[in-house]
Amino acid sequence: MNIFRFILLSLILILFSTIKSYSLIEVDITRGNLNPLPVAVSPLSIDEKSKKSFENLLKKKNIGEEISLIVENNLKTSGLFNPLNKDAFLQSPDIANLKPRFEDWNLIKAQALITGKVTNVEDKLRVEFRLWDVLAGKEMMALAFTTVPTNWRRVGHIISDKVYERLTGEKGYFDTRIIYVAEEGPKTNRVKKLAIMDQDGANNKFLTLGNELVLTPRFNPTSQMVTYLSYFRNLPRVYLLDIETGLQEVVGDFPGMTFAPRFSPDGKKIIMSFAKDGNSDIYTMDLENRIVEKITNHPSIDTSPSYSPDGKLICFNSDRSGYQQIYVMKSDGSNVKRISFGKGIYGTPVWSPRGDLIAFTKLHKGKFYIGVMRIDGSGERLLTENFYQEAPSWSPNGRVLIFYRETKTNDKGEGFSAKLWSIDLTGYNERMVKTLTDGSDPSWSSLLSN
Amino acid sequence: MNRSIILSSVLHLFIIVLTAMSLPFLSKKAIDLPPIVSVELIQISEKTNIPYAPKAKKIIEKVKEKEKKLVSEQAPPKKVKKKKPDSVPMPEDKVKKVEKVKDDTQNPVKIDNEVKQVSEYEKEELFDPNNIAALIDKSKEETALEVNKTDQITQDQTKNFENTGLTLSEEDALKAQIFGCWSIPLGLPYNENLLVRIKLELKPDGSVSKSEILDHARMNRPGQGFYKVLAESALRAVKLCQPLRVPTTGYERWKELQLNFDAREMLEG
Repeated sequence: MNIFRFILLSLILILFSTIKSYSLIEVDITRGNLNPLPVAVSPLSIDEKSKKSFENLLKKKNIGEEISLIVENNLKTSGLFNPLNKDAFLQSPDIANLKPRFEDWNLIKAQALITGKVTNVEDKLRVEFRLWDVLAGKEMMALAFTTVPTNWRRVGHIISDKVYERLTGEKGYFDTRIIYVAEEGPKTNRVKKLAIMDQDGANNKFLTLGNELVLTPRFNPTSQMVTYLSYFRNLPRVYLLDIETGLQEVVGDFPGMTFAPRFSPDGKKIIMSFAKDGNSDIYTMDLENRIVEKITNHPSIDTSPSYSPDGKLICFNSDRSGYQQIYVMKSDGSNVKRISFGKGIYGTPVWSPRGDLIAFTKLHKGKFYIGVMRIDGSGERLLTENFYQEAPSWSPNGRVLIFYRETKTNDKGEGFSAKLWSIDLTGYNERMVKTLTDGSDPSWSSLLSN
Repeated sequence: MNRSIILSSVLHLFIIVLTAMSLPFLSKKAIDLPPIVSVELIQISEKTNIPYAPKAKKIIEKVKEKEKKLVSEQAPPKKVKKKKPDSVPMPEDKVKKVEKVKDDTQNPVKIDNEVKQVSEYEKEELFDPNNIAALIDKSKEETALEVNKTDQITQDQTKNFENTGLTLSEEDALKAQIFGCWSIPLGLPYNENLLVRIKLELKPDGSVSKSEILDHARMNRPGQGFYKVLAESALRAVKLCQPLRVPTTGYERWKELQLNFDAREMLEG
């Protein structure tokens, strides 16, 4: 019996030793490049009849080409894609949409290809598009949308979002809008209006006339509602505005200095800070029953509250340590912890929709920085530095920040401007967002198509 | 009666003692004692000990003469020195002793000579057309020479070489190539497991005949949608990079290759 065991053991040992000597070679790849992915956005093909009908309706010569330009522009501004020059395309759009000749696209170093077709179906715009993996030679995604023709820009944004999500693994942010304070006139006598536009700067609309000062508009994370602060007879008043219907209501008049009302993640409450009896604290207001609750109770100045996406925590500013720093507490006001410990003054903390980071403005040695840190205060990264910039607001996917930047005036008080800028988390992709007038206090909406 | 009991007891006792003493030896073989090795202690000077071991010197000279016949005329004498440890005849006890001393004191010199002084004859032997990448600079040349050396020396070292798979320079060349081809999708959640293992079957020219994602089932798990994006990016990198920069020899060794793509380091940093 023992002999058998011995033989068996020996055989097993021999077997393992054999496996070891022919073991599979493993190579660890822990680095890659962060270069933008080369993408070919072929113009969407369109038949002559549809082309003419849309030309009459939308005053656009080739709507297929226009939509593909929107997609191309969105992908380019994200900094993650490199749309290739259309002059290098060898295959015509209609044939490419049926069956791309991958060798041709490979030749121009495209790794992904977007093709599509536009048709007029009973006076509606029908757009189908396909995303191809050029190297694997297969289709990655195919979708079709039917909508009213005037929605053609949104179709471009939705296609961009789908492509972005399929290739990066996170939701896009193109089918969104930005609300901001449009500013005009000299610095001492600025006219401030509430304005809204698509994230790419198109479809700009003014929502108020500019008779009253408007401040800090903020989107509801779950719907197209906006809350903002306006002064009525020199008293701060918090408003709610429905973007879809244009209906506006007053939430309440608050005493003294009131700052930055912001929605809770479920959109049922507003959180803000105001000064009562000379002491600024953080309060919430239930939008259904209008009950106001005091969250912090400290002799210091507590401002700029922002909820975490799960609604369990709140980050805010406080000068309780002597200088203005960022603190995190539970939503009931307990367990207050300071998280920023760097040199300088920290302000306007905003919790990322992903929940992993907090964006902030920092003032240090006379310069303003926009940065991010983890929710425990570690891993602080300053993304951009300038003379004056503040009020970061996150894109719905937590990848890009929009903020505003003011320029220095000269000795005569000229040359002042306030512009909206965006920067992604890498800190490399910084862009100015085009607006009709000067702009400040931007707030990014959630995805419209959700 | 009593007598027979006593006799029986004595006999039993005898048998028990005999069994106890002899039986364990039955299962064992007689210990094969090695012959006694006599060691002659020699005086070691600060610099070298050769002059103090005249017998060894004679033997070394004999070996040198032997080696001269094998190596071409152009071969410098130092090369002959290199062969010494392998070629010194072993059976004589005293020779063993000499060899030991030599190893202790002269090995480092010997290796230096091996790397630096290579005759034309040797170069032909050592030149490996498959290690062209390794010939690019001197440090790599040294690595290539070492590889050849390990092949010659012992079975144990050969085994290690097989297990490691690719040499460091071969692995580095392959990695550097794939680093350049892999566009990491930046939207991946970096607090998740971002490891994709891809098994490749390669042709001798380095092109990929088959690629397989090892954790394929993970793609369809809820909340793991990002994994598909990551896996596709890794597959694209492989396709973009092919033919892969693999060594031109030892096809059996690397005809199957596993690439472990891990994006976490890049995304966290």
